[in-house]
Amino acid sequence: MFTYLLKRLLYTVPIALAVTALCFSLVYLAPGDPLSAVLPSDASQEIIDIVKAQYGLDQPVFVQYWLWLKHALMGDLGQSISSGRPVADEIGKAIGNSLLLAGLASALAFTVGTVLGIFAGYRHGTATDRGLSALAIAGVSIPHYWLGIVLVAIFSARLNWLPAMGAGPEGSAGWSLEQVPYVVLPVLTLAAMPAGIVMRSVRALVAETLGRDFIVGLTAKGMGQAAIFRHLVKNIAPTTLAVLGVQLGYLMAGSILVETVFAWPGTGLLLNTAILQRDIPLLQGTIFVLAMFFVGLNLLVDMLQPLFDPRMKRT
Amino acid sequence: MTAPHTLTPAAPQRSPRARRWLAPTRRAATAVAMGAALCLAGASAWAAGTMRVAMTLSDIPVPNGQTDQGAEGMRFIGYTVFEALVAFDLSSADKASGLIPGLATEWKVNATDKTRWTFKLRPDVKFHDGSTFNAQAVVWNLDKLLNSQAEQFDPKQAAQGRNRIPTVKAYKVIDELTVEITTAEPEAQLPYQLAMVVMSSPAQWLALGKSWDNFIKKPSGTGPFKMETYVPRERAVLARNEAYWNKNRVPKLDKLVLLPVPDPSARVAALRSSQVDWVEAPPPDAIDSLKGAGFAVVSNVYPHVWPWHFSRLEGSPWNDIRVRKAANLAIDREGMKSLMGGMMVSAKGMVPPNSPWFGKPSFEVKYDVPAAKALMAQAGFSKDKPLKVRAIMSPSGSGQMQPQLMNELIQQNLVEIGIQVEFDTRDWNALLANWRAGAKDASTKGATSTNSSYYSQDPFTALIRHLDSGLVPPKGTNWGYYQDKEMDALFDGIRNEFDPKAQLVAIQKAHEKYVNDALFLFVAHDVAPRAMSKKVKGFVPAQNWFQDFTTISMDK
Repeated sequence: MFTYLLKRLLYTVPIALAVTALCFSLVYLAPGDPLSAVLPSDASQEIIDIVKAQYGLDQPVFVQYWLWLKHALMGDLGQSISSGRPVADEIGKAIGNSLLLAGLASALAFTVGTVLGIFAGYRHGTATDRGLSALAIAGVSIPHYWLGIVLVAIFSARLNWLPAMGAGPEGSAGWSLEQVPYVVLPVLTLAAMPAGIVMRSVRALVAETLGRDFIVGLTAKGMGQAAIFRHLVKNIAPTTLAVLGVQLGYLMAGSILVETVFAWPGTGLLLNTAILQRDIPLLQGTIFVLAMFFVGLNLLVDMLQPLFDPRMKRT
Repeated sequence: MTAPHTLTPAAPQRSPRARRWLAPTRRAATAVAMGAALCLAGASAWAAGTMRVAMTLSDIPVPNGQTDQGAEGMRFIGYTVFEALVAFDLSSADKASGLIPGLATEWKVNATDKTRWTFKLRPDVKFHDGSTFNAQAVVWNLDKLLNSQAEQFDPKQAAQGRNRIPTVKAYKVIDELTVEITTAEPEAQLPYQLAMVVMSSPAQWLALGKSWDNFIKKPSGTGPFKMETYVPRERAVLARNEAYWNKNRVPKLDKLVLLPVPDPSARVAALRSSQVDWVEAPPPDAIDSLKGAGFAVVSNVYPHVWPWHFSRLEGSPWNDIRVRKAANLAIDREGMKSLMGGMMVSAKGMVPPNSPWFGKPSFEVKYDVPAAKALMAQAGFSKDKPLKVRAIMSPSGSGQMQPQLMNELIQQNLVEIGIQVEFDTRDWNALLANWRAGAKDASTKGATSTNSSYYSQDPFTALIRHLDSGLVPPKGTNWGYYQDKEMDALFDGIRNEFDPKAQLVAIQKAHEKYVNDALFLFVAHDVAPRAMSKKVKGFVPAQNWFQDFTTISMDK
């Protein structure tokens, strides 16, 4: 187990390097000047040169990359070009807000997806199954930013029940009960897709497991439905957990459009801002942290799976 | 015609089984209703006298003084918390916004040496921290931007403010309330330039450990609003400055809350759900529905122009005045206006037609296709034998209005008179980079025009910077390499004319030449639409990039 974990940890090194290198290349392939968004449009070349030198943007790209990597390894992700604030502080603040959304959306998606998936799996081939499958496909297929806009149009603009944007009347500073309504629509929006995916996976697993010999055997032995259900859950849990782990990662990194629609001050909105403002240090820092989060999450899921399924014990 | 959908149907009689099934739904509805109640409770925390604004920005402009985020940053932080020596008159919606005394009560250039200016400062002005505004504070603030050896020099503020005062060479304290500023060459536009340079409190910077990072947490200026809360990327709360020096401009609002909401649909939704009271730049397609829902949409022309900037390098088809005039006569600007939901003013020159700088040009920019065709025929082109041009445009960008829609209409209009346009569409930042590099740069790739909207609040930004032969790249932004001695002489006249009336005439003459020679394709002026709740009272939409928030109050 220890060797396996060590190997997995070592795998993260080339992944991290590849992510940072790719991110650097992508930013430089994009047209325009990283300083365009922060300097007045009629700034003279002299001022542009001064500011470029201040941010080290006058160095060759590979030198910039090496300097960034050196500092990043020591925990210094540099300073945001647009705000001048340390990137680590910006991400530190945003990641908590995104984790809140992603955590709640995952919990909702897991609960709804699992319950409906088991229900559909037990009723495999029936009208209920087809109806729930259609619901799951809709959840997976509807673009979440569009769903967000529709939910805002109904519950905020039309009914005036829930806030349309933001993290609370006082922003995200100091969570309180007043902020609960602000979470509802973004969480519903974010949960739709993973709920559909979890539901489809669980439905297929349940339908397949129910047809397996050991279930037939247990039923023939006269075991009660509740006991059989426990066996069923043990069998589907590892795969469901893996699916959920991947989804949580997607929610953290993929909430860019949803957070923009709801002006939610998380990593998605930060990433959007960084892209639009060509804020290279902020973009690199955010992608790096999210990529590492994704890698770490996969590792955690790999470690947890054997707890649910002894057959998966690593050697 | 179908009946409109109702969202509150009468409750039908349900069977016990249905009630059992619906019980969880009812509980969910109760939870949602509780959430809504909580939300409304949160909303009611904003008492009357608080106005919440959704800006288009993605971050709160840094409250260091010479703030960032362009004109919107100056509008909401630069001119609310801080002030400049010279101010813009924002009191009228009907007349162009000129200069008025700000922290300086008067200024004059030396009668014999036109590079030396004296600024008399306003007495009894206090920064928010209680320290006194005086001549030392002005010199300290100029050092903040221009003197890299000064301990208060701030590269971030310098990047924003240094190019606003390019000719300032020296400055010194004459007495407690008098400052002398020397320019490298005679510069009659200095008051306009200084209107963009705002004053931070030296005492506050000193008290906070000589740190700009600390200063932005407790900013201090002389403006009508004080910064109460600053949460980067989330919100800023400005409170009324009761001790403001101009008792006529003490804000009526208790608080002004600024929220960065870059997504246009999110801004509109926030207004509709009463989360904000004012949104900047609602999308044109939302304007009618907002009006229908009882919101006020306020707009007014301001110093902005949306043109095609022509290349005047050898071989450019735009070197022929007949082609330039024909193109200007071919554009159906009223048709464009209707496509834009009425949110534009047809351009007849570089500045809006009602600007005092417009003058009386002999060539009228209007929609006259037969005249345009005749000019093109004289130049040797027609619909069957078209002139082919390549034009740079961007799909979006700050101040670019609806570039795709507008350019496609121009393309259709021009093909009718024998100009076939091929677009070179590029990202806004790439367009700006090429605009700075100039038409000669390899990145122009054969294009002979670029489409960047321009700020035109002062004579330099409105006229001089685009066509002064000394301002070709990399020194300036004469993108098209226009060279004309007569125009240079007119620009010199603007720079060297210190009498306001004579200066106005000099500006008008330069603008008349702009129009008479059809030096740009003049298309539109933006009207800065803003949507607001009917509770917002007393706003006067000045013809300016900046606005006065002190006159606004909120109905209960």
